[in-house]
Amino acid sequence: MTTVHERTETFDDNDQKPVGYGRMLRKEDPRLIRGRGRFTDDVQLPGMLHLAILRSPFAHARVVSVDTSAAEAAPGVKAVVTGETLKGLGLAWMPTLSNDVQAVLATDKVRFQGQEVAFVVAEDRYAARDALELIDVEYDVLDPVIDVRQALAPDAPLIRDDLEGKTNNHCFDWETGDAEATEAVFARADVVVKQDIVYPRVHPAPMETCGAVADFDAVEGKLKLWSTTQAPHAHRTLYAIVAGLPEHKIQVIAPDIGGGFGNKVPIYPGYVCAIVGSIVTGKPVKWMEDRSENLISTGFARDYIMRGEIAATRDGKILAIRTNVLADHGAFNGTAAPVKYPAGFFGVFTGSYDIEAAYCNMTAVYTNKAPGGVAYACSFRITEAVYLVERIVDCLAAELDMDPAELRLKNFIQPDQFPYETKTGWVYDSGDYEPTMRQAMDIAGYAALRAEQAEKRARGELMGIGISFFTEAVGAGPRKNMDILGLGMADGCELRVHPTGKAVVRLSVKTQGQGHETTFAQIIAEEIGIPPADIEVVHGDTDQTPFGLGTYGSRSTPVSGAAAALVARKVRDKAQLIASAMLEVTVADLEWVKGSFQVKGDPGKAVTIQQIAMRAHGAGDLPDGVEGGLEAQICYNPSNLTYPHGAYICVVDIDPGTAQVKVRRFIAVDDCGTRINPMIIEGQVHGGLTDGVGMALMEMISFDEDGNCLGASLMDYLIPTSLEVPDWETGYTVTPSPHHPIGAKGVGESATVGSPPAIVNAVVDALKPYGVRHADMPLTPSRVWDAMRGRATPPI
Amino acid sequence: MQVTMIVNDTEVTREIEGRLLLVHFLRDTLGLTGTHWGCDTSNCGTCVVWLDGEPVKSCTVLAAMADGHEVRTVEGLAKGAELDPIQEGFMQCHGLQCGFCTPGMMMTCRALLDKNPDPTDAEIREAISGQICRCTGYSTIVRSVRWASVHEARVNQ
Repeated sequence: MTTVHERTETFDDNDQKPVGYGRMLRKEDPRLIRGRGRFTDDVQLPGMLHLAILRSPFAHARVVSVDTSAAEAAPGVKAVVTGETLKGLGLAWMPTLSNDVQAVLATDKVRFQGQEVAFVVAEDRYAARDALELIDVEYDVLDPVIDVRQALAPDAPLIRDDLEGKTNNHCFDWETGDAEATEAVFARADVVVKQDIVYPRVHPAPMETCGAVADFDAVEGKLKLWSTTQAPHAHRTLYAIVAGLPEHKIQVIAPDIGGGFGNKVPIYPGYVCAIVGSIVTGKPVKWMEDRSENLISTGFARDYIMRGEIAATRDGKILAIRTNVLADHGAFNGTAAPVKYPAGFFGVFTGSYDIEAAYCNMTAVYTNKAPGGVAYACSFRITEAVYLVERIVDCLAAELDMDPAELRLKNFIQPDQFPYETKTGWVYDSGDYEPTMRQAMDIAGYAALRAEQAEKRARGELMGIGISFFTEAVGAGPRKNMDILGLGMADGCELRVHPTGKAVVRLSVKTQGQGHETTFAQIIAEEIGIPPADIEVVHGDTDQTPFGLGTYGSRSTPVSGAAAALVARKVRDKAQLIASAMLEVTVADLEWVKGSFQVKGDPGKAVTIQQIAMRAHGAGDLPDGVEGGLEAQICYNPSNLTYPHGAYICVVDIDPGTAQVKVRRFIAVDDCGTRINPMIIEGQVHGGLTDGVGMALMEMISFDEDGNCLGASLMDYLIPTSLEVPDWETGYTVTPSPHHPIGAKGVGESATVGSPPAIVNAVVDALKPYGVRHADMPLTPSRVWDAMRGRATPPI
Repeated sequence: MQVTMIVNDTEVTREIEGRLLLVHFLRDTLGLTGTHWGCDTSNCGTCVVWLDGEPVKSCTVLAAMADGHEVRTVEGLAKGAELDPIQEGFMQCHGLQCGFCTPGMMMTCRALLDKNPDPTDAEIREAISGQICRCTGYSTIVRSVRWASVHEARVNQ
């Protein structure tokens, strides 16, 4: 890897800190800016074949017959595999991450448009695609269930007749909080506000689609799988279970990943097809989906229909929040969340407020839509929870004719209340909300903005100011109650210091752009004083790294980052024993000054970590009980989640003639505890804010009544470009996590979670002269136009 | 059919299918995997390369159309070990995260600076508006281009 050149002459803050925290240029960039990253589709193996998948054109249909004879005879085709073939191998179905099952290739029915029906393996990707056209499938088309509100109607077609005894489309019920106590508070409240709120189906759409290269060696019995996975270890274990291959004979490699955002957490049928394709042909097989396949068949996000209710006193003290949710889980429950949390962490819908009671009940249903359910940087459904509470709080502010900032400030959980247990049982570790809110208001110039708005309103111009304040729960999670299919959500870390004082750290998590190779080198550097440039970060290869659950839900820093700090401290403890022998003093006589152990009171007597490393591997006796070498490993089980927070303010202008919303300014003040690399943190926030603009104003996966996906390309599924987003304005406060070894909290999804309500609140605020109290996302010109004319309708 | 073109200053001749897309020719035939493939519909711009010095989306250009022309990809941006200022700028200003859109973005931004050495932020945003980055939120890309612009102005003084 090429060393990063310093250009400090033009950017004074570009100090590459030699050791520890601070702004540091990324170790992964030199390869990526040269086009020398290695993504899954870049993997080329000798004799490699290409796989393409035939997908269902119908949302719901019985598969009568599949004739593959013409495809098999096509030039360059090596294999054609159908559901019936897989059935013979016991591989037609696979478990989902939520203890449901999902068809790998359809045998009985297709249950969503885009479902996998058959695959072709051929000599090149064009030949494979050509042969798909030659597969003749006879379908018996059935009525689909598309309207989620009709899924449980008595006459609704039954989707999951594969499940024994299933007679309706009910997926699960879930509740949290205290229904009776909440009802009692609502009954005596001065003010109750209700609002129906839809969080429509959206899609993470990472720039790199999903794919895999499978290489099964029949002699060794070993499967090597390069794949776009955010969780290589969890995938390996699941492949062992699904395919019946011994786990030590499976090597999952996640190379460079072109964005994940949760889209690359589940196991998709395509991965399994690639494995089967390699076993069947005896050759390496590559499967790379195209953009339409990505949008119509892989993990979607949201799709919650919520009724929010908030109870308060007349002077603006929030007393209780209650919600009822109808959740659309698609054809198979593929939600990627800890199994005891079928609604993810939606339970934090009480937000950042000290209230008396809360209750939520939820019904989840099957529909003839793609499976998935938790993706798109949502922190396990906290996006939906924060959107609900921040929208309903704004509805309350409107009802009370109170400033929305003032209402929030009045109801915040106070610093001396932490750790704070919410009415739904979540223990917020730390927080100091008011300074964060005040800083956002200062950056925004809140009072001046309100004055400008008043002037503009008087002139008939539409300007809106929206606020949201969020608390997230990230870093899943304590193994006592968090697991995915029985795998505890802990993470391993190994650190080895070489004789010359250079080091290698091995992680169980995997970057998809978050900069792990930099951040984790900095964490280790801070603890043992070896410069980040001297630390190799190894990740994404199950043969090279310790077991752990991977990168999603903003869990890398809270869980794996803690593991890295603690494994470094273990190494440092051992180094101290060796240093005491080298300096011929007791351990208690030594003090750690970053990078070396010194004799207390005699700074001239010291040994560096590099000298200690050489001694640990060198000749001569070590103290009694100390083994040679300088390395350690750990498996970190977090005692709690971490709870980052933030205050966001959005300013929008709406053209009354076209109803086009323009985000003029966006101010984001985040508190993610201890900050390891501020440059990377800012980047994470910027990306999430852009997601927020997308969801609030542009993005939606919708379906027609036949179940045709209407967001099946980037011409139809609109993602923000540089023209739809402003230059972001950021700030920060620091409230360390008390239980995390370095006080850090997650930040990867904060802005995706926190920004949509700020934008929607701003739009609704702008439309106040039209009497609008709520309008659902996506706030496209036509939907805003309708809202301005009193015709605001839910998008589904 | 046979095509001959100059790719990153080197002449290449290959036998190809007439329907082969330029992006697949570069990636699969020549092994230049720095250019990416993201959408098929000319929306995302991860596949941007230069055709005779102009940025094009190589997922909607046939390799045959490049016959007799000159193509430049991200692999041809640096001059040996010396990075192009645009590459430096992206590193200095955190203009990339996952790095998937980055090659296409840099090709467009380099072309912008060649025509307009001192673009405004609005001009930079306009130039990259046919491309999507899902990670950075664009502000740091704008800063990266500004960095390259300022740096080049100093070098050229």
